[in-house]
Order: sequence, then structure tokens, then C-alpha cells
Amino acid sequence: MSNDLVVLKDISRTYQKGKEKVEVLHQLDLNIAEGDFVALMGPSGSGKTTLLNLLGGLDKPTSGSVQVGGAELHKMSSSALSKWRATNIGFIFQFYNLLPVLTAQKNVELPLLLTNLSGKERAKRATTALSIVGLGDRAKHYPREMSGGQEQRVAIARAIVSDPNLLLCDEPTGDLDRETADEILKLLQALNSEHNKTIVMVTHDAQAAEYAKHTLYVDKGTLAAETTT
Amino acid sequence: MKYFYLVWKSLWRKKVRTILTMLSVFVAFLLFGLLSALNQVFSGAEDLSNARRLVTLDKISIINSLPSAYLPRIEAVQGVERVAHASWFGGYYQEPRNQFAQFAVDPERYLDVYPELIIPDDQRDKWIRTRDSVIVGRELVDQFGWSVGDRIPMYSSIWTNKNGSQVWDFEIAGIFDTDDPRSSTQMMLIQYDYFDEGRAFGNGSMGWFVLTIDSAGNAAEIANIVDTQFANSPNQTKTSTEAAFAEAFIGQYGNISLIITLILTAVFFTILLVSGNTMSQSVRERIPELAVLKTLGFQDTSVLGIVLAESTFVMCLGGGLGLGLAWLIVNVLGAIPLPGFYLDAAALTQGVIYILLAGLAAGIFPAMQAMRLTIVDALSRA
Repeated sequence: MSNDLVVLKDISRTYQKGKEKVEVLHQLDLNIAEGDFVALMGPSGSGKTTLLNLLGGLDKPTSGSVQVGGAELHKMSSSALSKWRATNIGFIFQFYNLLPVLTAQKNVELPLLLTNLSGKERAKRATTALSIVGLGDRAKHYPREMSGGQEQRVAIARAIVSDPNLLLCDEPTGDLDRETADEILKLLQALNSEHNKTIVMVTHDAQAAEYAKHTLYVDKGTLAAETTT
Repeated sequence: MKYFYLVWKSLWRKKVRTILTMLSVFVAFLLFGLLSALNQVFSGAEDLSNARRLVTLDKISIINSLPSAYLPRIEAVQGVERVAHASWFGGYYQEPRNQFAQFAVDPERYLDVYPELIIPDDQRDKWIRTRDSVIVGRELVDQFGWSVGDRIPMYSSIWTNKNGSQVWDFEIAGIFDTDDPRSSTQMMLIQYDYFDEGRAFGNGSMGWFVLTIDSAGNAAEIANIVDTQFANSPNQTKTSTEAAFAEAFIGQYGNISLIITLILTAVFFTILLVSGNTMSQSVRERIPELAVLKTLGFQDTSVLGIVLAESTFVMCLGGGLGLGLAWLIVNVLGAIPLPGFYLDAAALTQGVIYILLAGLAAGIFPAMQAMRLTIVDALSRA
């Protein structure tokens, strides 16, 4: 029995740009095993972020099938995808995308608002998530009161607080200096090895990709090559 | 309720803008409350009019008096139960700005016809017994600091006393209240007999008659019979329901209700534009954040609800405070001494409904915009 968490078959994704059709992904097949840490690399416009969006149920393929953890995302409605994302996926963005009006604690609690947990339980879980990323003492701070690295840690805490299997990271170190980037990547590595989170990370940074178990190269909408770290 | 914190914090992301928007809503609903109370002053008289009361006055003008001989003839009309009469005294207390309604009336007849005027029995009896006495409304007593037994001089700009003076001296025999909060007690009632004997001219005439009838359904027929009786006399009459009389009287000032409605419509329209624009701006600024919420799993309808809740909250806070202050000024402090100036439950309910509707109307388009956001497009704007 396969232990693939992600199974993409014959995926194509075409966008309409004015009168022109642009095919971003072309008949792409991809399997990612549970517990894997995959880096997606490739030139700008190669389709990396589109691929990530398809994995996270933020977008749907023009053709082909997307299965994540047994769920057939290409067949699901927008509403069903929202529900699915809330429990199965953690997103980490390049610019952190924290809500500036909320403290670190409240930002981390956001995904838990979609559950039936009590306020007390939400707060407890958020505190735990913040401790995992090493920010237990910054819970009451607002994003504007934190460094970029700390903001990204809060974003990671928000991504893991509802305990999803799959973490999708879009250039998570793109806005950080080398030292801070390494800290974040080590944190992701720890989440992968110690908490068994499957991670797919889009990056332009070859050094960042070295933290992953595998690196996939995407070019012109197809998988061009694969390397193992 | 679990989204309340999120709504609350989002609301205060731009404090100055939110406070200014709330202030504009606050002013609009304060104005709404005050104008509604003012409207009550003008429409209240109509509302208070009793369908079973008719008013007979000179056909040409209310300033022309009618002969007192009309009284028994009107009283004899079938269906008429009781007839009172009243004459305009047209005076002021101490200085011209202290003007209020003063009527010379037959005490017993008048109180019979207006049972809503409440006066203790001993004061009523004293008024009936004492010819130069008057009864005054509670609002006048509060305004001028009068009490029972005081003697007060009243200057009449119409009626000269037989001694050549226009100053009439009265004793306050009683103070009346009313059981209807919308009804005014800014009124003085003078003994007609004393007034008629004292005046230098116009003796034996009466200003108008107020009739109570057996059934509101007979009003048109009775009015016709009364007016027909005097059709060929020098003083022809016009009998109408008290409501029509009040309406015609108020009509002298113009269509106040329409003016007030137009002002309020303009105010609300402006508020909708201001609040709607503020909410649209707020949503535009937060597109990436709203996209993040959706990415985390918030449903489209949840995002719609959050934005709608924000705009409704601004309206509720600003509008609620405005309406509350209007209520305080009008009903509790009584800061504006106008007869019938009152904010009733219907106006307050109307205000609350307007607040909710304005909140929804101001927020619906930005909320729809937020709901329809495509995550991928919106995130790319981050």
C-alpha cells in the first residue's frame, strides 16, 4: 500500500490572460510521500506557486486529478475545500501575512476559530504552538513589535496549531537574512523530523533547498529533475 | 460570537477613521431623534385628536367668534352628548416671550369633554367656585415656579378689561396633569363667566365649540346638521373632526412632517455614502488579510459576515449613542420645552431599525466584494 500523501496525475493548469491562454502546468505527475520534505525550485513563472496552490486547494487544475491525504481536491466545491484546508493544511507565506491588529497569540488562534474548541482550549493550543517555535514569551506582542524572523515563526505556529499533516511554504525565507533564514529552515526541518509533518517548500534559494530531503525542479510547467539531499 | 474579537480589532485598525465615521453616524441619529420628537409636536396634535370630538368654528376664520346662543342649539342635535366652548385669551405672563395657550372656558363642560386632563377634586371644586381663578398645566408651573394660591397678572393683547386695563389678575386654583405623555400641559384655563363679564367688548360670544358625539361613525352627519342650522345666519359655521381641525391649524405652518422627512432622508443618504465609502476603503486595504482568512479555511459567507458585522457595529455604536442621547435630552432631561416634544417607543423602534438597515446597507457591497475574493488573485496583491 502506497504511503503517498500527495498524488497528482496528469495535471494541467491554464490561465486566460486577455485573449491569450497561458498554460502554466502541463501534464504534470507528482507523488509526495507522507513525512517527506520537498523543495520546489525553478525559474520565475515555471509554475511552482501554481503547483503549491493546487496542493493546498486554493486553485483547481484545468485537467487532471489532485489527491491529498485521500481527498480528491479537483472534485470538491469551494466550501468543501475551505473546510478541508482548515484541518489538513498549514500555509506559510513569504511575507508572513499575519493580521497586524492581532497579537501573536491571537494570530495563532485564528485557524482554531473554525473549530468547536472553547476559548480557553484555543488559547492553550496557541501557547503550545508558540512554544514549539520558540516564541512562548512573545505571545502578547503585535507583529509590528517583532522582527521578520519572529513574525515568520508566528506564521509557522499558526500553520501547525490545528495539527495538519501537510505544510505548504511559499518562499518562507525569501524576506529574511541568511542567519534568520537558517533558523527558520532548521525549525521546518525539526517539524518534519520530530513532528512528522510533510512539507512542500517553494524556494529560489539553493541553500534553503538543502534543508529538504528532496528537491524537485519545475520548468515550463513540468518536472524537469529531482535531486535527493 | 467567537468572531467578535476579530471584528472588534479590525474595526479599530484605523482608529481616527472609525471614530470619525461613528461620530457622523452619532450626529445623524441624534438629529433623527430630535427631529422625530419635533415631528411629534406637529403630528402629535392629530394623533391625540379624538374621533368622537368635533369642533365647530366660524366658517370664515377661527378669529371670528360665534354667538353663545349657538350652544343650546348645538347641544340639541341628536347624537351630540356634551358641548364645551372655548375663547382665545391671547395673553402673556410678565413679558411677551412668555406666551402660551390660554382659553376662557366653562370649567365643568370643558373638563367633561377633555377627560384626559387630570386635576385633584378639591382643586377642581375651587376653580368652579372661584370666578377669578384659573387652573394651569404642570409644565407652566414647572416653568414659572407657580403654586396653588398664587395670584398672577396676565396681559391680554386682545381683551381690554372694563376698567380700561389689559392686565387681568387671576388666582391659581389648581394644577392639572395629563395621562398621555405626548399631550401638552402648557395651557391655562380661565373661567368664562368671569372673562365675559370683565371684557370691554365681544360679550356673549364664544371662540369655538367642542362637541362629543355618540359615535365616530356619525361625525359627518352631525357636522352637517350643525352647520346647516346656521347656514343662513351672519355667523355660518364649519364643523369638522378635531383631527381635521388640528391638521388645518398645523397646516398654517406648512407641511412640517414632509420637511422633516426630507431632511432625514438627506441625512441618511449622506451617512450611507460616508459609511459605505469607509467600509469599501477598509476592505480594499485588507484584501490580502481577507485572502489569508480564506486560505486558513474561513468560508466565503464567514468573510461576508465579518465585514457586515463591522459596518453594523459602527452603526450600532454611533447610532445607538446618538439615539440614546436624543432620548436623554427629550424624555429624561426635557431640555426642549415644546408641547408634545416626546420621543415615543415607535420612534425609538424606528430608529433602531434604521440603524440596523443602515449598517447592512453600508456594508453589503464591500462585504460582497470580500466574499467574492479569489484567494490566488488576492494573495498575489500582498
